Order: sequence, then C-alpha cells, then structure tokens
Amino acid sequence: MEATYDVVVIGAGVSGCAVARELSRYNARICVVEREEDVCCGTSKANSAIVHAGFDAQTGTLMAKLNVEGNELMWQLAEDLDFKVRRCGSLVVCTDEKSRHGLDELLARGEANGVPDLRIIERDELKEMEPNISDTAVCALWAPSAGIVDVFGLNIALAENAAQNGVEFVFNAEVIEVARQADGTWLVKTDVCDLRARCVVNAAGVYSDAIHNMVSDEKIQIIPRKGEYMLLDTTAGSHVSHTIFMLPTKMGKGILVSPTVHGNLLVGPTASDVEDREGTDTTAEGLAEVASKCALTVKDVPLREVITSFAGLRAHQPGHEFIIGEVAGAPGFVDCAAIESPGLTSCPAIGRMVADIVRSLLGLVNKPDGSWVAKRKGFVTLEGEPLEVWASLAKQDKAYGNVVCRCRHVTEAQIVDAIHRPLGARSLDGVKRRVTAGMGRCQGGFCSPKVMEILERELGMAPEDVTKAGSGSELLVQEGGE
Amino acid sequence: MERRDIVIVGGGPAGLAAAISAYEQGTTNICVLERDVQLGGILNQCIHNGFGLHTFKEELTGPEYALRYIKRAKELGIECRMGTMVLDVSADRVVTAVNERQGVFSIQAGAVVLAMGCRERPRGALNIPGFRPAGVYTAGTAQRLVNIEGQMPGREVVILGSGDIGLIMARRMTLEGAHVACVAELMPYSGGLKRNIVQCLDDYGIPLLLSHTVTRVEGKRRVEAVWVAQVDESLRPISGTERRYACDTLLLSVGLLPENELSRGAGVELSPITRGPVVDEHLQTSVPGVFACGNVLHVHDLVDYVSQEAAAAGVSAARYAQGSRQTREADKSAARIPVLAQDGVRYTVPSSISPDLMDDKLTVRFRVDNVYKDRFVCVYLGEDRISHRRKRVLAPGEMEEVVLKKTDLTSRPNIDRIVVKLEEE
Amino acid sequence: MAEERRELTCINCPLGCLLTVTISDGEVISVEGNTCKRGEVYGRKEVTNPTRIVTTTVPVDGSATERMVSVKTASDIPKPLIFDVMAALSGVRAKAPVAVGDVVLANVCNTGVDIVATKEA
Repeated sequence: MEATYDVVVIGAGVSGCAVARELSRYNARICVVEREEDVCCGTSKANSAIVHAGFDAQTGTLMAKLNVEGNELMWQLAEDLDFKVRRCGSLVVCTDEKSRHGLDELLARGEANGVPDLRIIERDELKEMEPNISDTAVCALWAPSAGIVDVFGLNIALAENAAQNGVEFVFNAEVIEVARQADGTWLVKTDVCDLRARCVVNAAGVYSDAIHNMVSDEKIQIIPRKGEYMLLDTTAGSHVSHTIFMLPTKMGKGILVSPTVHGNLLVGPTASDVEDREGTDTTAEGLAEVASKCALTVKDVPLREVITSFAGLRAHQPGHEFIIGEVAGAPGFVDCAAIESPGLTSCPAIGRMVADIVRSLLGLVNKPDGSWVAKRKGFVTLEGEPLEVWASLAKQDKAYGNVVCRCRHVTEAQIVDAIHRPLGARSLDGVKRRVTAGMGRCQGGFCSPKVMEILERELGMAPEDVTKAGSGSELLVQEGGE
Repeated sequence: MERRDIVIVGGGPAGLAAAISAYEQGTTNICVLERDVQLGGILNQCIHNGFGLHTFKEELTGPEYALRYIKRAKELGIECRMGTMVLDVSADRVVTAVNERQGVFSIQAGAVVLAMGCRERPRGALNIPGFRPAGVYTAGTAQRLVNIEGQMPGREVVILGSGDIGLIMARRMTLEGAHVACVAELMPYSGGLKRNIVQCLDDYGIPLLLSHTVTRVEGKRRVEAVWVAQVDESLRPISGTERRYACDTLLLSVGLLPENELSRGAGVELSPITRGPVVDEHLQTSVPGVFACGNVLHVHDLVDYVSQEAAAAGVSAARYAQGSRQTREADKSAARIPVLAQDGVRYTVPSSISPDLMDDKLTVRFRVDNVYKDRFVCVYLGEDRISHRRKRVLAPGEMEEVVLKKTDLTSRPNIDRIVVKLEEE
Repeated sequence: MAEERRELTCINCPLGCLLTVTISDGEVISVEGNTCKRGEVYGRKEVTNPTRIVTTTVPVDGSATERMVSVKTASDIPKPLIFDVMAALSGVRAKAPVAVGDVVLANVCNTGVDIVATKEA
C-alpha cells in the first residue's frame, strides 16, 4: 500500500531536514525519504563545517542572499535546537601585496551583500590574532560574523526536531522514479516503497539533477566537485583560533585551516570535478595538495597529528547558483537543488524559503498555537565540560560512569541515548556522528567493539548485522561462514 | 578528599608490577585505577605464547602472564578499581576518575605512577588514499574481536605493517580460517620480532613484502580490494608496481603511540621521539612525584621488560611517597647528567641520571634507528668509553639495554654527559 | 653424501638467534649460532620433526565475564598437525568455571598432548 503525504522531501541532508523542520510548523503530513540508513550521509557530512559570513557569492545572487540570512539565523537555531556552533570569525589572508585589491573587492562585495562588521586588518593585528599565521601574510579580511558548526549536530537536530513535530522519515529507500499522476498528485517510487504526495521537494544533493530531470525537460546538471580534507587531533586544535582562508590567487582557491567545534583542526579542501557521484575516496594527490597548500597561510601545521582524512562531494552546477523554486511544467515539484557551498550556512534560510514556497502552493496553515515544538534538547557532551556536570549526571545514572570512548570521553549513557532518540543511531557511524564516540585520536580502535556490543544489545541485533554505516558495511563476517 | 600513598593509573602489566613492588617496599596504601572491567590490560587478548621467559623462565601466554601478577596483587590485598577511567591527573597529584559505583571522584596521591599503556596508530594517521569502508581495523582491534569477542572481522585479509601484533594476527586469522594474502611493510625491514616472522608468516606461507605500502582502499561500504605498491628509498610508491589484492579486510599494524593525554594534562614534559614522558633514573617525570613505566613511557617489545621497569617505578614511587620534604628537596638539587643518544641510537630511557641518587646498577633502555649488523653498543662517560659490546644484529623493532654502575659514575665526578651510541669497531 | 646446511631463526625467545644447522644423511651434525641450549634443541628438532605450541580460543558457557576462553596445547605438537588441532577444537566449548590449566580437550589428535585453558572464566 502506498502512503499519501502532503509533502515528500527527497534527501535527509541539511537542506532536506531544514525544509522538513520548517514545514513541520504547518498542519501537513510530511515525509522525508533518504536512500542511506541515516540523516547526514552525503554532502552534509563531509565539508568544511563553516558558517560563512557571506562575502564570497556575487551580489544579487540567491547564494549571497541566503548565505547572509542563513548566517543570521544559525545562532538562534543553534540555541533552539541545542547543537554546537562557535562564532570564531574568519580571516581571508592575503600573502602578496600585489593582490591586496582582491581583499578590497571581497570587502566591497561583502558589504553589498549585507555582511556586518567586515574590516581589513594589517599584518601586526593579524599576527596578534593568529600567532601561527604565515610570515608571508600581508593583511586579511576579518569577518567576525563567520563561525564553525557541528554539521552532524545541525543536521541531526533539524531532523529530530522535525520528527518530534510529526515528520516521518523513511531510510534505506532510494528514489527511482518521480511521476505526476492524473489527479495532479506525485508518485515517488523508491526501491522499497511508493509514496504519494501533493508536493515533492528535491533536496537530493549530488543527485538533485537526476531527480529534477525525472520531471522536467529543462535539464539541469550537477558536476560532483570533490573536496579532500585532513582532520588533526585536538592536540593541534588551537593551532589557529579563527577560520583561515587564503585569498584566491592564480594558484587556486587555496586551502582553509580551521578549528572545529569538536576541538580538532581541519585543513582542506581540494576542488576537483569528478564523474562518480559516489566518489568520496581520497587520493594521494589530493591529500598531498592539502598538506602542502595549508602552509601558504598558516605555518607549522602539525601534520603529524592527522587522525583521519576524508573527501566530500559538492553538488556543483555550472551556473554556480542554488536552484530553488517550483519547476516549470511540474506543478507541486519544488527544487532545492545544486546546494553547494555556502549551502550549509544557508540551510536555515533555505528551509524557510522552500517551506514558504510549499506553504503557498498547498495553502498550508500553522498548527494550532503551542502544538509546534520549536526547541529540542541536544546530546550530552562531557568532554571539555566542568567535571561537576559529569559528577551530577553520574549520580543520576550510573551509565555516565562507564566511559566507552576514551579519547572523547563518551559514556555508555550517551551512546544509549544516541540509539534511543527519535531517528536514533543504527550503526557505528550513526553513534559517532551523534555523540563523537570513535571520532578521537584512536579512531575507534578501542571503542568500536564496545559500541558494537551496545548496538547489539540495545537494538537486539546479531553481531554480524552491526554495520559501520548501513547495509553492505557489515563489520563482521558470519562465524564459520564463507 | 580520599588520600592514598600511591595511585597507579592503569592495571595492565606495568601498573600491576608497579603496585606489587611498591607494596613489597612497605607502601601498602595503594590504589590501582583500571579503565577495563578486568586487570591485565592488553595481555588478556594476547593469547599467544612467548611471554615470561625472562621473568618466570618459562613460556606463558599473555593471559597466564597477567594472571600471575593479578593473583599476586590480590594476595597482597592491593585495591584495584576496575571500570574506572581516570579523567585528570593534576601537577599536585590529585587524580580524578569516574566509574559506575562512585561516579566522579578524586584522590590525593602521595605519588602517582602513570601506566596507561599505548594505542595503535589508526589508518587516518597514514593518509592511505581511498574510501573509508568497514573492514579496516587496527591489528589490536581485530585481535580483541577474535580473541575476546569470538568474532571474525573478515575472511580475505591484507595486513599493512609488520609490527608484532600484525604478525601475530596474520597467524591468528589464518588459524581461524581466513586467508592472509600478504603483509606489506613500508620499511626495508620488519618492525616485529624475527621469531614472529618465522612462526607467524613463514610457517603459513604468508609473504612479507618489505618496502611496500598500501596505496588505495577500494570499496565504499566494505573493503573490496586494496592496492599494494613497492616504495622507493624515500618511501614513495613506485608507479607501475601497484598490485590489486581483492580482499574484505585490511589490518593495520603500523606503530604504537604512548597514551599520554593525562600526562600532558599534568604538565609532564614529553619526549618528541618516544612520545612518552622524559624521566630520570627513578623513572620520575618532570612533575615531582609522578612516575611513568611501561608502554606509556616508551613502547616495549617484551612484557618482561615492562614488568622490570614498572617494578623499578613502583620502588621509586614508594620511596617518594614515604620520603620527607627535606629528602625531596635534596633530590631536586642533586646534580644530574644528561644521557645522550647518538649515532644510530634513537633515544634512551632515562634521559638524565643523578649519580648520587641512582641505585648501584641502572638499566638504560634504548632503541636503534635502523637495522645494523655487527655493531658495537658503546657507553661513554664523558670521554671514557666504559663499555663496548658487540651485537650481531640490531633492529628498530627490538629494545636494547646497557647497565650502568653507580661506581663508574661516582668515580668520574666531572663528566658532563653520558653517551650511548653504536660504533663500527 | 654431501652435507646440507640450513639457516634458521630460533623461535624460542625474542633474541631470535640465527642458527646454522648442518645435516648429513638425515643426521644433524651440528647446530651453530645459538646462545643457549634451547636453541640447539630447536635447531635439531626444526630440521627433523618441527613442532609448535598452538594457541587459540574456545567459547565458554556459563561465564559471567568471558565469551571465549583462551587455550593452548600443553606442550608442542608436530607442526603439520596445527590445522588438525584447530579442526579438532571446532565445536569444543568450555564450561565455566574454568581455571588455568584445566584440560579442555584431552590427547588432541592422538598426540598425547592436552588442550588446556590459559585464562580463568
């Protein structure tokens, strides 16, 4: 039997979940369909985790507008939904006096875009703000409104809050066809179920062209653009205290060096267009590029402290602009496509914009006063918190006394919570993204077997059914089997 | 606050040996804090034999070796708190920990012995290109899964790195029915013990590919293949030598790192070479009253040496805990001589010695930086070469030692350095 | 008949002495390079009847703490029988309580050697 919804959102990344969360204000039946086993499994999970100030995008574009709006909304959202952000500010560093005009252009564009408090700072001030800045640094564009965010935390918070407000989620379901029915509704066929909806939102990331092209003759094209990163241990986390960009030069856009909300240091990304939409593999060349280019803006980056490297794919389209709006000739089908950087920053604004389009298309009305829950309690973090916090939690629940992940100080209680939340974790990566177990310097070497055991116990799974990140990524082989 | 003469962080072989020796010195108010639910540390999963030849003159398995110390600690009535994770050690020796029974608690310790052991270098530290699928395990994680949980991580295996755990796991996986295609080692020599190459690889026809590395991991969800290539003298893959091994598992045995997060928090000075604390002749760190032993100090090849070293740390901790303020102050102002590692010697433990404070004999442990044949291990006190011992083979995988006599030092009051180095003749 | 010389690495201890065993007409004439008596014994045995200690695990029932209990052959067994010993142990389960030295399987593969526990469970 097929289920009928007012809205089906395709994709449970930050865009899809932001849209779903905004739509959950309305009296409507909403479903998010996701081909992976969890939220935050595509572009949303592997990026720079930056809340951009908004001076990059050309003035007048949707990107510029939604970036600045998204930045403004992010901080309140973080408070409402209790995920980690830090407004650390960003610096675009110029290392060549002759390129200084580039900073002036960025400053002017930023101001035109409505970015607050932008300022060019000179070497001495820069040096004071960032002692490890390259000796070749001349000046920098200082954007105090920029920040860093826990991308997993943001995505999961949006999804959980949407679920709290009645949004349904279907995981492990890949959309294979979207077709308009004679009655004007849409049939969204997946490899496991069919969903019927009055309105469809295409938030399918690097696949958003494929979904769009199912319903429109005006084809769009996404060119996955790979970005490779290296993540350094928390011992290197304070090597810089702001997000450091390099002023784009003829040598390319440069590599950013940034603290993360988890206390690590992130360096990257590269940018190379690839054909494979599943091509999230790192390359020797890419990692070498990250390693060498980060030195252009920051000196002595302690690359020996690298604990992992990863690659993400940006949903780039040749026009380099978000594609948002109802698709011509496909009434009720709304694109939220080609959301590449600054898509993460923009997501709170994208959510509002798309939800507003859907609201007016369907004539949705708000839920009765007080029945929409705007806030959500985040995951407990113990690492870096005062020990009194831990002590009082451990008094209430002894599972806070059992440390499972020794690197990031994650206890059994937090892991059990991650599993039993709405849209709880089903895999090692699911646990990791929610509560950081396995995200530390040993990369799960010690805690993986323990987390696997807790997943087995809490979900009643057989050991060989426990996965790293969903079906096909089983961690063990059957005893005695081949 | 609870007070203890000695708090020992870690109940593995080092922590237990330190506790027992401290107790036997007469310092009985001891507490061992162990994060696992069992004592014995990593030995519990090292089910192979080869432990204890030095200590017990017989060949034991890891669990048997551990049990001898566990039993002794129990006989003595040494308090061991399991399931207890130490969160902080302060410079004034307040140890804060958490467990299920007590929640978060602190103990004021007279002396602290750091015995946290080491961890394995993860894949990420190597920047191996490719996907990040399931099926990539450190050898130690795989060892835990097989030997403790009774589970199999895979059937078709490639191992990167020839550290001892990697070699041991090559055999273990083979015995459990897996096929180990090869062990690839980046360096032109193995990081493991020779006997393990014979009895874990040669016995089972598993090739050891020296000067090889993994250049790519294939498979988005589960490992499907790894690519192995030969490397040149600067350890860079040589193009054209890549070979694809279809497999479902990649095990890594690419080095061990002392776990010194707590030490760092206490302000303990760490060596950039060993990544363990810098210690003196009593295994005391730069923070007075804080001692270190075992793999947290420097990675050992044999547990027997861990036990010896830890016993010495236990004695020193007991002496410190029982000592008066005056003796501590006097100790602080005693003259010290640096121990320098030169010409093929990577480091020494300890790295400084006070001739007045040292015992009659002191074992200085070290590792070499390459494979050497027919070299002499030499010790210089100032300009005098006081020992000159020929070794047929020296390898980075094996720990070496020299023994210094107090009289040799006190009879040379003006020396400014002690040098340990390799010489060709 | 010509003498045969074989180079071996002694596996008795971590020293890993490089042994040279000289054989003539199937008889060991000499073992050189060993540091101790055990090395000589190993050298002789390794070229005539190589043996190994086998260590593995078996599942244990009724233990509050362990899923598996580690075991070993109480003494060395002929090297060609290693996989036979493993096969003989498949399906064998221990029952708690187990003490170190408890026989888990007697006279494995008719070697006269018992499989004994090396861990408490």
